[in-house]
Amino acid sequence: MNWKIRRLGQAVFTVWAVVTISFAMVRLMPGNPVDYFITIVGPDLADPSQAYELAELYLNINPEEPLPVAYVDYMTSTLQGDLGQSMIYNEPVTEVLAGAIPWTLFVMSWAIFLSFAVGISLGAIMAYWEGSKVDVGLTAYATILTSIPFYVLALVMLIYLSYRWSVFPVGGRAAAELEPGFHWVYIKSVVHHAILPVLSMFVASGAASLSMRGNSIRVLGEDYLRVARLCGLSDTTIAVQYVGRNAILPMYTGLMISIGSMFGGAVVLEQIFQYRGMGWYLLNAVNQRDYPLMMGAFMMITIAVVIALLIADLTYGRIDPRAGTEDREAF
Amino acid sequence: MTADSHDCEPGPDDGESADDDGVGGILRGDGGQVGTPFDTTADVRETRWDRYGRAIDGYIRMPLTIMRQDWRSIVGLSIVAVYLLMGTVLTWTVEPTRTGDGPQFVQPFETWEYPLGTNEMGQDLFAQTVHSTGPVLTMMASGALFTVVMGTFFGLVAGYKGGEVDTVLSSITDVFINIPGLPLVIVLSVLFEPTHPISVGILLAVAAWAGLARAIRSQVLAIRDESFVEAARMMDVPTPELLIKEILPHLMPYIMVNLVNAARTIIFSAVALYYLGVLPFADANWGVMLNQAYHAGAIYRPDATHWLVVPMVAIAGISIGLLLIAQSLDRVFNPRVRARHADTGDAEDGDGTEPGSTEMMKQV
Repeated sequence: MNWKIRRLGQAVFTVWAVVTISFAMVRLMPGNPVDYFITIVGPDLADPSQAYELAELYLNINPEEPLPVAYVDYMTSTLQGDLGQSMIYNEPVTEVLAGAIPWTLFVMSWAIFLSFAVGISLGAIMAYWEGSKVDVGLTAYATILTSIPFYVLALVMLIYLSYRWSVFPVGGRAAAELEPGFHWVYIKSVVHHAILPVLSMFVASGAASLSMRGNSIRVLGEDYLRVARLCGLSDTTIAVQYVGRNAILPMYTGLMISIGSMFGGAVVLEQIFQYRGMGWYLLNAVNQRDYPLMMGAFMMITIAVVIALLIADLTYGRIDPRAGTEDREAF
Repeated sequence: MTADSHDCEPGPDDGESADDDGVGGILRGDGGQVGTPFDTTADVRETRWDRYGRAIDGYIRMPLTIMRQDWRSIVGLSIVAVYLLMGTVLTWTVEPTRTGDGPQFVQPFETWEYPLGTNEMGQDLFAQTVHSTGPVLTMMASGALFTVVMGTFFGLVAGYKGGEVDTVLSSITDVFINIPGLPLVIVLSVLFEPTHPISVGILLAVAAWAGLARAIRSQVLAIRDESFVEAARMMDVPTPELLIKEILPHLMPYIMVNLVNAARTIIFSAVALYYLGVLPFADANWGVMLNQAYHAGAIYRPDATHWLVVPMVAIAGISIGLLLIAQSLDRVFNPRVRARHADTGDAEDGDGTEPGSTEMMKQV
């Protein structure tokens, strides 16, 4: 229980740190967005002093306020969900992004789920037939796929499956002419559009199967398996409950790290498939120097990852009872 | 001789050691009895050269012997050697290409003049690829080094010290683990606009070191209570020296494997950022080539596909090379990968990935 509270506190701390880092980047760094407003946007305005008001409207930071006040203001407004005003869409950043979050979550959760479900099964199969042709072939295949960045795979798939053979749409979240809603045609189109992004993340993640294979092989050498066999337990029981469970445990860390990297990878993926999720907006904002939207998207993606990791961490305690019991002497 | 006189290590014929012998002859640990095992000192003192020799044996000769028997390392090292060659010798010999050097869209493998074809601007893709190698390798080296140094420092100190220090360092690490790497790097590169390969590498490493720090911390936790560490602590060895001389050597294998993996991570994200057009660029590199090809519509133009494929192959190639090296290093340092469960096959078919190596899971 205590551990869970600590973990929650850590998540809160991370969010606070991210907002603080954002503030520092927006306000303090050389060439920061606030200066940009005053020196670049300012002279173009009829009344150059308006630049300060604009900076406050868009970025939530009033450059005339002393730093601590500006910081507290920024923190409170951000935590209240006010991320400023987007310059290219001229809408509040939260509104622009709110429409994008579900799409990113949709694609990414499928990609993560599939790569781990398939990776674990494949890894188990490879370990079961270790040294056979199946194993050697699959290992080589997974090794090669791991070493190819997913965006390269995505581009290759886009070239062949979309442009050359027209199996999948070339981009977007759903067919543009369809009315969004919960009807079959639209859902089918959404799924059809999501297949390639999910597939390119999934195919590139051979790492899961490799580490599952390694873990299983390591477990296979353990003494307690010999004991289990001597007890006369059935092969399925041993494979699932003894080998499987113990081999999956260490993969949980890998899962957590790939949550972060996959959400990060969403930026590239969504650009390639012109999939309007959070990453697409982030990049769009970067290219048009829409600083409020950029920082907003960055914070949103980070908070999504923080929440995902928090959930993953808290559920880990259910799988592995040893988690969270560490107390050490300090030197 | 002059070099020796500046040594802090007493050599075998130093005055100090002679002094030692003299004192040792009079004072005995157990009050006068001669010949107990506790009073026995080695006849030969270990000189600095002996130590170097041992280090060379352990860190160079032994790994090389194992690596020579492993096809992964041979293939991996030759691939990386090819890239190194491209980054040095070929860069000096192949002329840099300029716009309008040749006709548009020469297909690859058709003429010797343009072995990999040309792009829309008539630039020779082969020359472009070769001249990209140097900057990319620099980026990779600086990023990987920075990742490893940061990760090792945070992990080592946090894991060993424990208590308050651990809390502070681990909190910083956790924050960076939670921030997704690519978006952070994108935002940072918009604000800093790094152009030099070294600074790009360091910037990219900002997002990569935290995972390593956490992994190293847990490794340190496993050995911090070992008796040799305790002995060193009893002897009042200063903490920095203890960390570097006693604990670090035990982590070296792990760090080496992760150095190679970090290099891959850096390349992946560097190319991704150049492809997205986020990083400012002056010269071409593989990511810039991808970016230009993408914007020229190479995705739907069959005659321009090679423009995309050439940089893709370059990235995948070096990545496979590094992956193979990492796997074979793992086998060198991790005897368990070789020996455990060896009854179902020879050493060849053990798996290459270290199950504990979380870096393997990273994509970008």
